[in-house]
Amino acid sequence: MQAHLRVRRFDPEEPAPQPRYQDYTVEAEDYFTVLDALIKIREEEDGTLAVRCSCRSSVCGSCAMRINGHATLACKTKLTDASKGRDVVLVEPMGNMPVVKDLVTDLQSFWDKVWAVEPFLQPQGPVPEQEYLASNESMVHLTGVMNCIMCGACVSDCTVLAVDPNFLAPAALAKAYRFVADPRDGASKERLRALSQYGGIWDCTRCLECVQVCPKDVAPMDRIMTLRDKAMQAGYTSTYGARHTIAFSELLKESGRLDELRLPVMTFGIFNLPRMLSLVPVGLRALVRGKMPPIFHRAIPGVEHIRRSFRSAEAKR
Amino acid sequence: MKYAFFPGCVSRGGCSELYPSAVAVAEKLGIELDELTSASCTGAGVLQEKDQRLGDTLNARTFAMAEQKGLPIMTICSTCQGVMSQANHRLTHDPSYLAEVNQELKPEGLEYRGTVTIKHLLWILMEEIGADNLRPLITRPLTGMRVAPFYGCYILRPSWALGLEEAPERETSLERVIELVGAEPVDFPGKSLCCGFPILTINEKNSLAMVARHTGDARERGADAMVTPCPLCHLNLDGYQPKAASTHGSKPDMPILHLPQLLGLAMGLSPRVLGLQRHIVSASRLLDKVKVRA
Ligand code: SF4
Ligand code: SF4
Ligand code: FES
Repeated sequence: MQAHLRVRRFDPEEPAPQPRYQDYTVEAEDYFTVLDALIKIREEEDGTLAVRCSCRSSVCGSCAMRINGHATLACKTKLTDASKGRDVVLVEPMGNMPVVKDLVTDLQSFWDKVWAVEPFLQPQGPVPEQEYLASNESMVHLTGVMNCIMCGACVSDCTVLAVDPNFLAPAALAKAYRFVADPRDGASKERLRALSQYGGIWDCTRCLECVQVCPKDVAPMDRIMTLRDKAMQAGYTSTYGARHTIAFSELLKESGRLDELRLPVMTFGIFNLPRMLSLVPVGLRALVRGKMPPIFHRAIPGVEHIRRSFRSAEAKR
Repeated sequence: MKYAFFPGCVSRGGCSELYPSAVAVAEKLGIELDELTSASCTGAGVLQEKDQRLGDTLNARTFAMAEQKGLPIMTICSTCQGVMSQANHRLTHDPSYLAEVNQELKPEGLEYRGTVTIKHLLWILMEEIGADNLRPLITRPLTGMRVAPFYGCYILRPSWALGLEEAPERETSLERVIELVGAEPVDFPGKSLCCGFPILTINEKNSLAMVARHTGDARERGADAMVTPCPLCHLNLDGYQPKAASTHGSKPDMPILHLPQLLGLAMGLSPRVLGLQRHIVSASRLLDKVKVRA
């Protein structure tokens, strides 16, 4: 088959470096991945095209790039799938990080953030005579998150990172979860305290991009949600994020549905004057337009069953 | 065509213009709505931060109620749709999990058998009603209006829970609705990204940066308005646009329409019935453009 690729090119060593798009047509076999096509282009047509790869079998994590707008591994994406329903396959470098050349990005900030979560075991107590023992059941649930191959795809497409470079971002947070949930780690509480700070678990906007694009089903956002739960259970409940989640759940338990007027009041605290005042202009604008939630909030019929489910869930935890 | 209607909390609260406009549009479309009045909030992904199983239990309760009626569920909120789709995906892919959750529903005499389908109005339009049946209902084509689609995360991701693998056309359904009402879709990078609403109370700075970026990108590409199937996106993109604009030095002038408002306008419904006067960013210039009197 013939495949058409449109590749984003960028060479910082050109006199006035500007990204541009270049079209290539490749004679491809049915079994080709997008990476195979790129390598063929580089070897047969245009030796200046920069691509990074190694294992070619989705193990090493070095070939992550954006294909048709979403980050993925080029060696795991079949060319036939990527061309389905389109005339040209769009190939671009990952986002949220600087481009070294063409499809090769600089992962330094990625590694800095992974390093920042102290990705190593910190056991406490006396050192055992032989190894640290952990039961099978207490470890097996960690295999999913251990599948991470550090490719950077999740970080490339993270929507919070796109507006705030300070955010720890999905890969590092998933790595943090891996140690918080490890029964041999002794620093979990301290980790949860640090992760509750600005730039940590509460800054994720739950956009699900990282869950969607991760080629190894690590589901970073789900790990972040579990970290939130663990942080609240460990007593770190004073952040706006934790207060919001707790208030939301309490209001839902009370009436079975969301009480939009009380939620911000409970999140910020009625005596938190600066934050309460910051709501005034927004509230006034809404009031003028008749766009206010009802003042008298009614519970749903059968709310007692909702409350019972809450109580039973609380008892189980 | 009959649906068990799940309006969600926000369509009757912070976006109280959404509920009546959806009901009015459904009537025009010949969709009969049987509202699930005893259904709870889906948890919106927030309750799920604390306890996913509890969230799934509340949603299974709603599914069981629809099952009793023998009806599919219609949603009008990307977030409700996504949270319910995810819950349904987990419940229907793990029989022992479903059995455990059903234990919780027993005292109320409910049981979920795992047979319910949940569809956003957007999907119903394209998949059940269809373009050919929709076209004759467009009595006031919005010719000349340029509209940027804004989906909301939860109606797009994760694709496997939302059936996008089987129905990939869902990913471009908003564009097709925009074309059908006679307007022109504006492609822009933000259409599948996050509006920032979930972190509004947590990190307002980042949340507002998202609002400013998306409304700015749409404006730059010549959009007269944006349309969204998600009231939470609407709350942020519309309600917080003035604040976002003032912190980012832009103008709060991008009207944000709910999906049923766009449809309703093209079907000849009055802007008042559609609640267009209730938006924070005024839609009056938009109405002038298509020569509709408010
Ligand atoms: S879910 Fe959170 S961590 Fe994942 S991409 Fe979105 S904002 Fe980033
Ligand atoms: S979590 Fe997934 S996408 Fe992110 S770095 Fe690890 S393997 Fe890659
Ligand atoms: S080349 Fe190793 S993951 Fe693609």
